[in-house]
Amino acid sequence: MDRGLGLYVHWPFCQAKCPYCDFNSHVAASVDQSRWQEAFLNEIARVREDVGPRKLSSMFFGGGTPSLMAAETVARTIEAAKDAWTPADDIEITLEANPTSVEADRFRSYAKAGVNRLSLGIQSLRDSDLIALGRLHTAVEAVAAYDIARSTFPRVSFDLIYARQNQAAAEWETELSEALELAADHVSLYQLTIEPGTAFGDRHAAGRLQGLPDENHSLDMFNITQDMTEAAGLPAYEVSNHARPGQESRHNLVYWRSGNWAGIGPGAHGRLTVNGLRIATECHSMPASWLDAVESTGNGYSRQYVVSEDDARIEAVMAGLRLAEGVPAYLLAEYNNINRLMDFGLLEHVSGFVRTTRLGRPLLDAILREILA
Amino acid sequence: MTDLSHIRNFSIVAHIDHGKSTLADRLIQMTGTMAERDMKEQVLDAMDIERERGITIKANTVRIEYPATDGQTYILNLIDTPGHVDFGYEVSRSMQAVEGSLLVVDASQGVEAQTLANAYQAIDADHEIVPVLNKIDLPASDTGRVSTQIEEVIGIDATDAIQISAKTGEGVPELLEAIVRRLPAPRGDADAPLKAMLVDSRYDPYLGVVVMIRVVDGKIRKGDQIVMMQTGARYRIDRLAVLKPEMADAAELGPGEIGVLTASIKQVRDTRVGDTITHERNPTREPLSGFKPSQPVVFCGLFPVDNGEFEALRDAIGKLALNDASFTSEMETSAALGFGFRCGFLGLLHLEVVRDRIEREYDIELITTAPSVIYHVHMRDGSMLELHNPADMPDPANIDHVGEPRIRATILVPDDYLGDVLKLCHDRRGVQEELSYAGSRAVVTYDLPLNEVVFDFHDRLKSVTKGYASFDYQLAGYQMDHLVKMQVLVNEEPVDALSMMVHRDRAEARGRAMCEKLKELIPRHMFKIPIQAAIGGRIIARETLSALRKDVTAKCYGGDATRKRKLLDKQKAGKRKMRQFGKVDIPQEAFIDALKMGE
Ligand SMILES: Nc1nc2c(ncn2[C@@H]2O[C@H](COP(=O)(O)OP(=O)(O)O)[C@@H](O)[C@H]2O)c(=O)[nH]1
Ligand SMILES: C[S@@+](CC[C@H](N)C(=O)[O-])C[C@H]1O[C@@H](n2cnc3c(N)ncnc32)[C@H](O)[C@@H]1O
Ligand code: SF4
Ligand SMILES: [Mg+2]
Repeated sequence: MDRGLGLYVHWPFCQAKCPYCDFNSHVAASVDQSRWQEAFLNEIARVREDVGPRKLSSMFFGGGTPSLMAAETVARTIEAAKDAWTPADDIEITLEANPTSVEADRFRSYAKAGVNRLSLGIQSLRDSDLIALGRLHTAVEAVAAYDIARSTFPRVSFDLIYARQNQAAAEWETELSEALELAADHVSLYQLTIEPGTAFGDRHAAGRLQGLPDENHSLDMFNITQDMTEAAGLPAYEVSNHARPGQESRHNLVYWRSGNWAGIGPGAHGRLTVNGLRIATECHSMPASWLDAVESTGNGYSRQYVVSEDDARIEAVMAGLRLAEGVPAYLLAEYNNINRLMDFGLLEHVSGFVRTTRLGRPLLDAILREILA
Repeated sequence: MTDLSHIRNFSIVAHIDHGKSTLADRLIQMTGTMAERDMKEQVLDAMDIERERGITIKANTVRIEYPATDGQTYILNLIDTPGHVDFGYEVSRSMQAVEGSLLVVDASQGVEAQTLANAYQAIDADHEIVPVLNKIDLPASDTGRVSTQIEEVIGIDATDAIQISAKTGEGVPELLEAIVRRLPAPRGDADAPLKAMLVDSRYDPYLGVVVMIRVVDGKIRKGDQIVMMQTGARYRIDRLAVLKPEMADAAELGPGEIGVLTASIKQVRDTRVGDTITHERNPTREPLSGFKPSQPVVFCGLFPVDNGEFEALRDAIGKLALNDASFTSEMETSAALGFGFRCGFLGLLHLEVVRDRIEREYDIELITTAPSVIYHVHMRDGSMLELHNPADMPDPANIDHVGEPRIRATILVPDDYLGDVLKLCHDRRGVQEELSYAGSRAVVTYDLPLNEVVFDFHDRLKSVTKGYASFDYQLAGYQMDHLVKMQVLVNEEPVDALSMMVHRDRAEARGRAMCEKLKELIPRHMFKIPIQAAIGGRIIARETLSALRKDVTAKCYGGDATRKRKLLDKQKAGKRKMRQFGKVDIPQEAFIDALKMGE
């Protein structure tokens, strides 16, 4: 079955590094857009050689901050991908954007380039929290950028980070209801994660990051989020992603449903089925090394390997159980502890799929450990 | 054969770290017994573990030729004895083979508990004792104070104590002279039928069993047909040698001499320490009185972490037992831990040494269960059961009473810490027997249940006294007490490997401590887990490990698959080290760590 190909393009630059962020993002004094554009085009041509003709169902410009890309770079990259493969009629092309005025100015040209879905990193509707998160925009600026996006793109989503320092459940409730007022048909709501190797990670390790929610508090906020989004008609279709049915991010569904996607740009990963084998690909992660590798060897991959059938199944379970729909039951046939998890009311079996229950979803990592470890 | 008047046999006894091994090195070196280039530190400590831990486990011997100032050359046989309480039994046994002791005391430290215990053993063995004050090169050494201590605490004359530095060699020539002048020559009759004492035996992978002997009467030669009088076993001597400390062939050994023989003996178990060796023809009529074999006093279960390694463990235990007759083992099955062995040891150090060797030399990861002592369970029908494993405790309805082994512990401690030591001993159900002073140090003797000492007493003692206390003990028989079996239930299921015998009055406190500890040690699960301690059917303590409520990664996209996969592999490795009890995974360390009471 050809569910089509997703193409991920990584843009690794930001204006400033946010203290919580462990994405492959870097602050550079200047970026030679034309060299990067050339490199993306080369990579698309090379990957096309590897995977052959396919239907291109989605593209995703992720980062970093892709809204710092020159519109020209975005346009030429989309064009090249559409030339290389056969774009689906309803191809979804998403770009991640930061909500500052500079970037909002470019929205129209991105739309012209073919971007039809914008994902905006609003993060919070409270200025004091935006400062704590090290963001360069205010809530008013973010909403302004959002309004422009709404009038520019057919589909717009935004990200919020919650379970922040000193955030009371009631405060989140208010903020979330404001957010749901704004929301079109998709929002991503992430609980703040303290990642090692980030500024927050260091501060946390040193005991200087106070006011983070304990487990019960964070569960309360998670449950509030589930309830409120559902009531607003944007139920969770994934742990942190909420959409009006039919408005899910098709590109991200490719990951969670273990489809085929190619990844280009620094640190991008891909999974591609070629001649019946599932191939994992990884690109050089430092921007300079990636660019250098593409320019000098014509190949941005640092590693490529065959994923065994067992590993592919394990990946499919790990990603698929994040979805509200769950995974096809046959994937779990050989794990006999599933029944116990069903007895506990953490998993359920629904028409050929196994999925997490409301109780199980916030325990997914523990469930996966139980099943797979 | 050397003339009796030219032989001196002695052992060196000392508290740990007072310099016994270093002194042995100097004696060997300064008499030219070993070529300079062959010398290494602590030559007599043969095993890696001995060197690493700085302890002597097996007695070792060396024969030294010493040209004395009187113009005569003497044969000095030195037996280096173990320095740790666990192996105290080996010390007393080795002492039967010699006539004198050098009592080494670190002059910067003074008399310690093992100094005392060893000195008493030497006195019991009728030894001539030469006090030796070591480490006089250290600025902190105070020979005057330590001499007084020796006289006051041990009660032997220290006016003629020899002052040495085993490190620099200072005073060692004087010590050699004192050995010749002050220690008695052995006695014996070269023309009487052969009578030799089997002092010790060890297994050598190349030579088989090597038996250390001390000839009392008669002469022994290579090729002789001998009989071990207790076992009745007969052998032909393949090789006869003295240790310098390498084996050097000897044609013949006569009265007073110490040496080794090999005779195609397969296992250490085939020899009995203390046995009398005589000739098959013309045997002696009066065997030596012998000594009772050392008995294991501490028992615990050893299970492979990986159940597939059971056979490898069986093999390793078999090989270790070849060389260590005081270590016992029998197969044990545990509902939770699978197949393993219940092993007996002389003490906790012995346990640790054996466990370390299995893990290191045989590369088998082990789960060690709670150490236990042997209880005497007296049944109503008058019979008595020796209980090695609390899991095997019979129905209390059929039990009349239970006896437990006690020890007599000697502790030396600076005055400042005496209060802490008394409290510790009291908390461990100790009964004070004596309290006296040696200068600013207290000497306390306690009668304590072995069960309370076996596990972490020594560690606790070290920690409450910042390492300033020293400790030694001797077994002191059985005593009846109100002992009950405490079970631990995790998620309502009894965990046999955590069962233990406790005193009725302490059960509740112990149970509470255990449950609290387990609550920290067991990772949270997706359901809440009651952890209970029970006696019979009665719950005496309870903790609840709350259920995990939230554990989910917030963001996970295409690039995270590889990362999550790696994490999963790590978790898999972690899980392999857990044991499943019903629905609960318990980490292996928990079985031992749960017993450690911080207090
Ligand atoms: N300064 C000094 N150190 C010594 C002397 N004798 C032994 N030592 C040190 O004391 C420690 C314990 O010595 P060791 O012979 O292993 O003691 P054992 O446990 O009685 O065998 C070692 O670090 C030795 O180097 C000495 O005369 N002077
Ligand atoms: C690739 S990132 C950022 C896109 C864009 N550069 C921005 O910052 O708006 C995608 C989203 O991940 C979320 N995120 C990043 N780090 C996070 C963290 N440590 N905890 C929770 N969410 C995080 C943020 O909501 C962010 O918008
Ligand atoms: S959160 Fe967005 S803007 Fe901030 S560093 Fe990460 S990628 Fe860049
Ligand atoms: Mg030593």
